[in-house]
Amino acid sequence: MLIENPLMEARQVTLYYGASEALRDVTLQAAPHQITALIGPSGCGKSTMLRCFNRMNDLIPHVRLSGQILYRTHDLYHPDIDPVEVRRKIGMVFQKPNPFPKSIYENVAWGARLNGYRGNMDELVERCLRQAALWDEVQDQLRKSALALSGGQQQRLCIARTIATEPEVILMDEPCSALDPIATLRIEDLMRELKERYTIIIVTHNMQQAARVSDYTAMMMLTDDRAAGTIIEFGETQRLFTTPSDRRTEDYITGRFG
Amino acid sequence: MSFDPERSNFAPTLRSRRTWARIGRWLFIAATVVALAALMMMLYNVATSTVGLVAVEYEREPSTLVEQPLEEVSKEELVALLQANISAGLFRRLEHDQPFATRSRETVYDLVIEHVVAETIVRSWPLDKSLVDRAAIEAEIAADYPTARVRFHAWLQPQFLTRSMSSNPEQAGVRTALLGSLWMVLITMLLAFPIGVGSAIYLEEYASDTLLNSILQSNINNLAGIPSIIYGMLGLAIFVRTLEPYTSGAAFGVLDGNGRTILSASLTMALLILPIIIVSAQEAIRAVPQSIRLASYGLGATRWQTTWYQVLPVAMPGILTGTILAMSRAIGETAPLIVVGASTFIVSDPTGPFSKFTVLPIQIYQWTSRPQAEFRHLAATAIVVLLVLLLTLNATAVLVRQRLGRLP
Amino acid sequence: MGVDNFPPMLVLRRRSRPGEWLIQGFLLLCALLSILTTLGIVVVLGRESWLFFGDEAVTLSEFLTSTTWQPAIGHFGVWPLLNATLMTTTIAMLVAIPLGLGVAIYLSEYAAPHVHDFLKPTLEVLAGIPTVVYGYFALTFMTPLLQNLFGRETVEIYNTASAGLVMGIMILPLIASLSEDALRAVPRSLREAAYALGATPLETSTQVVLPAALSGISAAIILGISRAIGETMIVSIAAGAGPSFTLNPFEAAETMTGHIARISGGDLSYNTIDYNSIFALGMTLFIFTFSLNLISRIIVERFREVYE
Repeated sequence: MLIENPLMEARQVTLYYGASEALRDVTLQAAPHQITALIGPSGCGKSTMLRCFNRMNDLIPHVRLSGQILYRTHDLYHPDIDPVEVRRKIGMVFQKPNPFPKSIYENVAWGARLNGYRGNMDELVERCLRQAALWDEVQDQLRKSALALSGGQQQRLCIARTIATEPEVILMDEPCSALDPIATLRIEDLMRELKERYTIIIVTHNMQQAARVSDYTAMMMLTDDRAAGTIIEFGETQRLFTTPSDRRTEDYITGRFG
Repeated sequence: MSFDPERSNFAPTLRSRRTWARIGRWLFIAATVVALAALMMMLYNVATSTVGLVAVEYEREPSTLVEQPLEEVSKEELVALLQANISAGLFRRLEHDQPFATRSRETVYDLVIEHVVAETIVRSWPLDKSLVDRAAIEAEIAADYPTARVRFHAWLQPQFLTRSMSSNPEQAGVRTALLGSLWMVLITMLLAFPIGVGSAIYLEEYASDTLLNSILQSNINNLAGIPSIIYGMLGLAIFVRTLEPYTSGAAFGVLDGNGRTILSASLTMALLILPIIIVSAQEAIRAVPQSIRLASYGLGATRWQTTWYQVLPVAMPGILTGTILAMSRAIGETAPLIVVGASTFIVSDPTGPFSKFTVLPIQIYQWTSRPQAEFRHLAATAIVVLLVLLLTLNATAVLVRQRLGRLP
Repeated sequence: MGVDNFPPMLVLRRRSRPGEWLIQGFLLLCALLSILTTLGIVVVLGRESWLFFGDEAVTLSEFLTSTTWQPAIGHFGVWPLLNATLMTTTIAMLVAIPLGLGVAIYLSEYAAPHVHDFLKPTLEVLAGIPTVVYGYFALTFMTPLLQNLFGRETVEIYNTASAGLVMGIMILPLIASLSEDALRAVPRSLREAAYALGATPLETSTQVVLPAALSGISAAIILGISRAIGETMIVSIAAGAGPSFTLNPFEAAETMTGHIARISGGDLSYNTIDYNSIFALGMTLFIFTFSLNLISRIIVERFREVYE
């Protein structure tokens, strides 16, 4: 299945950590203003794949990548591309909430200021906190330490911080795995709102979550020789969850997979 | 490059940020290089002074004494030479100090050099200068000391370890200081090891009263931060002065002494390294899995039986590693021993806890403080001895950790 | 043997174990010795200082304000010695803080793992070199170097600049090593967050990692200052042997520790004002270093960022 005009695309990506292969021949597309979910068992390379999209893997020594990661028409691994600029346009939210040990205001403003934001910073902070559905809870305590917030609030702060640099794509790496069910629901609601403005790629090990929020789903699994992760099936979420075409996908989503 | 420069809310600052990032990176690397270079320079500065050119003057040219080079002459001939060339009184005195029959060829040779040849070093250079500027050095000597001869001299040589202190730099060695260091460290460790490990056991295995425990703990942390010279003053007031009858040995029948003895120094040093031993032993004991203790209690062992038969054997590699590091601290420490009263010039070897003493770092300090260049060479050579000693200890600590650490 | 051979109540009754009590008592004594050491230091320094200030030639106000320390004519103003101590310490920290932090940031944020694994233990070994060796380095290398740079007329053979610079080199490994530990303790997730927002490595390390590790780094720096104030051998060898109140780093000046070492190293008679005076200096030194260590510990405990 091919998406017309994908915003991001991985073409035959193979990735090595030193001598060990982590991803093999992964091809994946993300449609604009849609949520694309990566699901699959632990250790199959979902996070690694996600980190290819904003070159976070560069921070790990001895990583080699072949194939292409396309953002619009740019190949992100082309030597002329600066990973710093890539990460501003393609933001990331992590598994565990990781606010900076600074004030709530600073957490949101820092990345934007760093990247040379020209507008009114107060307005930007308010707008981002509103978009992240956090403004009402924190508007009176913007100068307080972000570490004092609850886990769910911290994660929404991390989302606010990410959208402050005005990215086009937001990568989310199991953003709810450290949160309780109520906080998880709030983040899921937020994701549905955010996709109006942003394109979202999310890694999740929670299949209900993928089914609830995503428009497209990619099923990842280890290759038959169990050496590396690869995508075994990719399609619209509804179709993939109702009539999977691959036997292994069916086993996994019905819970028969070990 | 930027993806959408024209309609962005963001100023195109990436180029200058990248430049700053590069500058920052180079600054951090430069700091590391400068730091390492300074420390390496120090080692180089020491090493290059352990051998080098010296200009020597003789009262009697060795070649006018015997045909063959003096180094190859036998002991009997050397004794004969000595007898022929020095006054009968001096010869008798030397014979009286120690009969020539029992002296080694080495010491007789030294006597010939000292009394007959009467070699004196008039100037000396470090190795780097000796190699680069040899011509200039020889010209300088030819002008200033026409009778002097320029030759290489290795300050670092085996005899340096076996000779005792001497006011003649060519005859001086570190035997007395080395023995002093060994005596001091031996007694220090005999005192500090059991007490330190005992304290650690108490704090980790016995102390349940949390207030007492926390007072003890924070007190130990404080002690570790007190400057060593203050321990020296404690030692001066308590061990040297107040306890003089005991530390001088008077209470045990040693008569001619004051409190400035190896025993006082060791007691002082033991207090100084105690916090180090306690803290490292505590860490080692804490690392022993709780399951071992529970298993032992489960078999009906008492607390001490559990500690002695189960906990300590497992913790021992860690305890020993920390102890060895504390030992190297004791060997290198200088300031407190100055205050406690290490002798700076002493020729007789220490014979026991009540001896007057000097130690290697004190010897280095003393030689460094002398204005003559020759003594600087001796200081550098003694530093090499000290550093080799410390490096050996450090290597032993690493080995102990690796070897014993692997046992279950 | 049958079970009923043992009357059960007798077997399970609490037995007295004198051996266990003896051992526990001995261990407690060992632990109490460290308290005794602290008490000993305080009592000894306090008693002799009391005798010193009790002497009619000495007043506390002169000690704290006068800039003359000349025991021979009865002047005991601590400032010449304290000033030299503060000067060597300042010079040392001007070297040790920037270089030490630079090394720490390089090691924790930039260095490849094998470079880190080589440099860290090397630094720790260098930190263990006895200070008398650094003193030798100051006198035989740093002083001639300064003399060549600034002229023999300007730079005296004994001067606080040389001692301070070398002391900085000595403290550098300590600050670098402790700061690196603090930087390493900052969770990786914070660095990733910064990079994901489009920060450069420099921005990440100086604006995110460094502030997050600030409590540990401050503690390391304060510990370094305390070490510099208490350092004896480098200043004894290279800074000068005679109290003099000067702000010129190229002139000789004796520090508190240097003075204690020189006076006590000679033939010192007990119960003289000279003997008592070094204890007053020791007390001053003790108060300084003790407060610094206390501040350092408070910083670590109070301001430690807790990442769950």
